[in-house]
Amino acid sequence: MPSESLWKSISSGASPGGRLHGIRHTIPLADLAQATSLGGHLEELREKSVLLLTRDQLTAALAMIELDGVARRMVLCPPDLAPEHVPSVMQGAEADACIIDEASANSQALIPLRVRATPVLTRMERPRQGSRYTEWVLLTSGTTGVPKLVLHTLASLTSALAGRARAVVEPLVWSTFYDIRRYGGLQVFLRGVHTGSLVLSDPSEAVSDFLSRAGAAGVTHISGTPSHWRGALMSGAAASIAPGYVRLSGEIADQSILDSLHAAYPAAVVAHAFASTEAGVAFEVRDGRAGFPAALIDSPGAVELRVREETLQIRSAGTARRYLGNGAEQLRAEDGFVDTGDRVEERAGRFYFMGRRGGVINVGGLKVHPEEVEAVINTHPWVRMSLVRSRRNPITGAVVTAEVVVNDIGAGLGSPPPAEVLTRELTDRCRRSLAPHKVPAMIRIVPALEVSPSGKLVRPLA
Amino acid sequence: MSVKSTITAQFQQVAREQDRTLAPLADELKLVQSGLDSLSFAIIVARLEDSLGVDPFNATEAVEFPVTFGDFVRLYERFAK
Repeated sequence: MPSESLWKSISSGASPGGRLHGIRHTIPLADLAQATSLGGHLEELREKSVLLLTRDQLTAALAMIELDGVARRMVLCPPDLAPEHVPSVMQGAEADACIIDEASANSQALIPLRVRATPVLTRMERPRQGSRYTEWVLLTSGTTGVPKLVLHTLASLTSALAGRARAVVEPLVWSTFYDIRRYGGLQVFLRGVHTGSLVLSDPSEAVSDFLSRAGAAGVTHISGTPSHWRGALMSGAAASIAPGYVRLSGEIADQSILDSLHAAYPAAVVAHAFASTEAGVAFEVRDGRAGFPAALIDSPGAVELRVREETLQIRSAGTARRYLGNGAEQLRAEDGFVDTGDRVEERAGRFYFMGRRGGVINVGGLKVHPEEVEAVINTHPWVRMSLVRSRRNPITGAVVTAEVVVNDIGAGLGSPPPAEVLTRELTDRCRRSLAPHKVPAMIRIVPALEVSPSGKLVRPLA
Repeated sequence: MSVKSTITAQFQQVAREQDRTLAPLADELKLVQSGLDSLSFAIIVARLEDSLGVDPFNATEAVEFPVTFGDFVRLYERFAK
């Protein structure tokens, strides 16, 4: 895959006929060979460390393509980056320029060079100068809420694409529920601009409107978190798209969401991938089953996986280089492995994700991973999603409780049972397959659960 | 429903859920001989906090830990006002 700048591979026809579809504008990728979104200011950004602070995703996409090979460093700031965190991001990245649009929050006053970008291209006045190697920086939310700066290169970001055959039969149309300034979305963006077109989501748009826009653009490949997909299935508009490939990442894909997506898209490959901003893309599972084959562990290859203290560790060309900033912690161990913090457990030749290392609930000295309880609850046909959490308790320190969202559009089952019947059925179901301390002491039916801007269920800190 | 009947119902419910044989709930019954384990008590206390609105074990004043079923009921009656 690309050894040259992103702009070079696109302007030299990586994806002829490819388009970037924003909510209001559509840009043919080929136009970028002769035109710019930066109003003639590109060369002023040469060798600069640039914060991408645009609110609009299409504007950010165009800026990324133009800046790679020109800027020393670009920092992809998601639109929900809190204004109070901008100074620490600026400092960590040693930023001396920023790209804004008309909707950018007014928090970049301290940056000397500000360039306004637009999602409408103007003709490039001067030919583009020579190319340099650009550092890509992504933000991840640390446990204290202050974002950590994760340093990648175009090579590390595209390592999972290496060796993939180009689309020769038909151009692909990619889309994602993610914002492309997050790792999961950025992966889709890079695949899209190298192999076809891309339909961008927009936070102002209802899920059903986004799906019908993606459907109208002929989406073939689409990705999101299990929470995004549960939202799509609940929107009643899942049939607006007919993709050939459906991808889940960013959260644990349990068997019930995989089965629901198989039922909704019988012609599609439903794949779940493991990736993180720090560790890169580790693998993709296409057999329709939760978890991943144990054979992936400790086997040689471009991506190496191992399990230490029940936690998955990864080494590959796709892992990030390091964290930026003073006093930043170490991202990789001496031997190059990245600790994902995701716990796994082997059962009958397959590994299953058990949740984050920090998320364990302690019930009288016995451990409970919220995700394993949620996976059992989610198998009930009337459940769309659930959140298991810890509740302080004077006897055992903590007990397990659950909040459940009912799947009220049902699978042709009539109307949902009354809450007390459903909670009793769920308790029985948990009791049959879980140890007693893992069974929720209380189950509450709630209208909705909070999903973060990154598309993941919001979990209270343990 | 009185505090005592709410507590009695909860003891019976949790014993059923946890597959435990509950001893007859007399005031003088020692909790350790009730047939319930600590997880059962944890669940009872959590649910009573929801239904009665109090968790006497987490009150600011020191409480004497109940030994008998009667102690347990009196503790909740004292706080559930």
